Amino acid sequence: MYQVFYNKKINENSYEMKVKAPLCVKKALPGQFVIIMAYSDSERIPLTIYDYDREEGSITLIYQVVGASTLELTTVKDSLYGIVGPLGNANEICKNPDNYRDKRIVYVAGGVGVAPVYPQVKYLKSCGIEVDVIYGARSASLYLIRDKLEKEARKVFYATDDGSFGTKGFVTDILEEKRENYDLCVTIGPVIMMKNVCEVCKKYGIASIVSMNPLMVDGSGMCGACRCEVDGKPKFACIHGPEFDGSKVNFDLALKRMNVYKNEEAVKMEEMKEKLAKRGVSYE
Amino acid sequence: MNDKRVEGKVQDSQIRVTNFLEVEEGYQEEEALTEASRCLQCVNPRCVKGCPVGIQIPHFIKAIKENRMQDAYDIILESSSLPAVCGRVCPQEKQCESFCVKGLKGDAIAIGALERYVADYALAHDFSSTNRKSPNGKKVAIVGSGPSGLTCAGELARSGYEVVIYEVLHKAGGVLTYGIPEFRLPKRIVQREVENLEKLGVVIQTDVLIGNTITLKELQDEYDAVYIGSGAGLPKFMGIEGEDANQVFSANEILTRINLMGAYMEEANTPIKKCKTAYVIGGGNVAMDAVRSLKRLGIDAHLMYRRSEEELPARKMEVMHAKEEGIVFDVLTNPVRILTDENNNVIGMEVVDMELGEEGEDGRRSVHEKENSLHPVPCEMIVMALGTSPNHQALKESDVQLTDRGLIVVDGTRTSSNHVYAGGDAVTGAATVILAMEAGKKAAKEIMEDLQ
Repeated sequence: MYQVFYNKKINENSYEMKVKAPLCVKKALPGQFVIIMAYSDSERIPLTIYDYDREEGSITLIYQVVGASTLELTTVKDSLYGIVGPLGNANEICKNPDNYRDKRIVYVAGGVGVAPVYPQVKYLKSCGIEVDVIYGARSASLYLIRDKLEKEARKVFYATDDGSFGTKGFVTDILEEKRENYDLCVTIGPVIMMKNVCEVCKKYGIASIVSMNPLMVDGSGMCGACRCEVDGKPKFACIHGPEFDGSKVNFDLALKRMNVYKNEEAVKMEEMKEKLAKRGVSYE
Repeated sequence: MNDKRVEGKVQDSQIRVTNFLEVEEGYQEEEALTEASRCLQCVNPRCVKGCPVGIQIPHFIKAIKENRMQDAYDIILESSSLPAVCGRVCPQEKQCESFCVKGLKGDAIAIGALERYVADYALAHDFSSTNRKSPNGKKVAIVGSGPSGLTCAGELARSGYEVVIYEVLHKAGGVLTYGIPEFRLPKRIVQREVENLEKLGVVIQTDVLIGNTITLKELQDEYDAVYIGSGAGLPKFMGIEGEDANQVFSANEILTRINLMGAYMEEANTPIKKCKTAYVIGGGNVAMDAVRSLKRLGIDAHLMYRRSEEELPARKMEVMHAKEEGIVFDVLTNPVRILTDENNNVIGMEVVDMELGEEGEDGRRSVHEKENSLHPVPCEMIVMALGTSPNHQALKESDVQLTDRGLIVVDGTRTSSNHVYAGGDAVTGAATVILAMEAGKKAAKEIMEDLQ
């Protein structure tokens, strides 16, 4: 069991959870992820690391309630059954910042994808590399960690679908407009957004890196559930990724593969709601 | 007169395909005594030569016959750390039992069933096996809690070493836990074997991926020796068109969902895919476990294998049980393309018929495609059970040498890196539980020699 410092709601469908995981945090670097289990019979959920504090021995995660398992996760109070990591590879720029000092870098985050973007921006700043961030959300109320992000980024540009904050439109509109300013783009968010961002990058000759978040079970290369097509070949996001060259990822396939358990998950969601109601656990 | 072996009770095939309870119920006392008394107690027992870990088979059988069960258990433990597991999953017909003199003219002694009887008796009667030498102050780290790691740990702990096992999953047991299904190896048995090791002082630390959470180098600095028993690795796929379809899975994924995550149970939080017809491609024990698991989910489950039934590498008993359970065997058939709809869902495959040719250098008959035999097969799920390729997460930033095929180079179990040993599937590629145990035992011996 791992001590949970807090597990709190931070906007209408997102939560932030801080866990004591001293072993896991020792080597954690931006871009890597962990797999957590709420209880002994829970599903294993992969989550990209949002923040970490080696001195405190803590890892902080931000997650969105999208199904039964993340709904169940909101009920965790004092302790978490399992956390393993850091898994996958660190972000390439953070690993070798010296190779990227002459590059003009922009991060494009969508929705809860801002959580894994933040530690990269922060880490690079600590290495003396300042980057811009383009951050999209459906609506103003869905923005997360804006203050923290603005502190670490050189500049943050916002885009909302409904125009309630920043530019009305998509992150790709801002990227197109400011394309002359960048030669490398890291994008993390919904697959469809990453696909569109990478297409813009391709069009204007901007290199791109994406962080894939496919279905996963063990996270150590054993099951192959997380395979993505990169450069025409199957790659396991858990050990070969999760970050890949955005120009080489087959996003259409990734979009389709996300739906493998759609029906099963809808059933589990209803069952979970009933289960929690029976236990008298409140959730929103 | 006593040429026939005593057959233990088996769950009825019609009933067992509706549950995940153990298929073979194991001997009752009388059955075990009758079977034990068939043993000729050969002075030069051939069966022992057929056992990878060299269990003194006639000795433990004699002890059963004389109702000295604690002795029987102790005799097995001298050579094997996991008797309840081996009695169930060893391919005895290719090992000990194939050497049994009784087998020349009738049935070989049911050594596996007797071993299981002793182990189950010991578990039921809480026989303790906590004999260990006093601590010698030496520390060994083991990577992976599968059969190889557990065996190595048991041997070392009994000899007074301090042992810590690192496991990436949240439960110990490796393939015994995530791979082999409940109906063949109940998880409570694995749990008990693990607890027995813990009673010997072995510490099992779950949720650690060596290479990521802790590096091999750090283990080398902290421990006197490190044993790598990290298992087989990445599941192989065929590389055919359509293989990235939504319902094409590795057998490892299906088995992990079912066994480790309990997805076969209604109340489980981890989902499993169900459908009308599914094909498992392959012919080994993993293929057999996968296809029989799918059958139990109510799926019309087929096994597709490119060679003939005779060449199936799976344990004979599993093939027989699978057939009884109504698994359809499509042998001498091979998929060449997977067919999908516009949403990337599997709707079938195109397969070809195969023919056997001459025996090759590896002793297996070659196999080739029959001309003009291409035909479609409808199905909604395809599971690949084709073996694995090496996964060396644990070796990141280490100086452990690999072969051209990516397997760890060993001399015995010693790797090229100082005081790092390796064995089991990580060295041989996918093999059996007992061979992994043999390697774990050998590693323990070599570690003890080197740390003298």
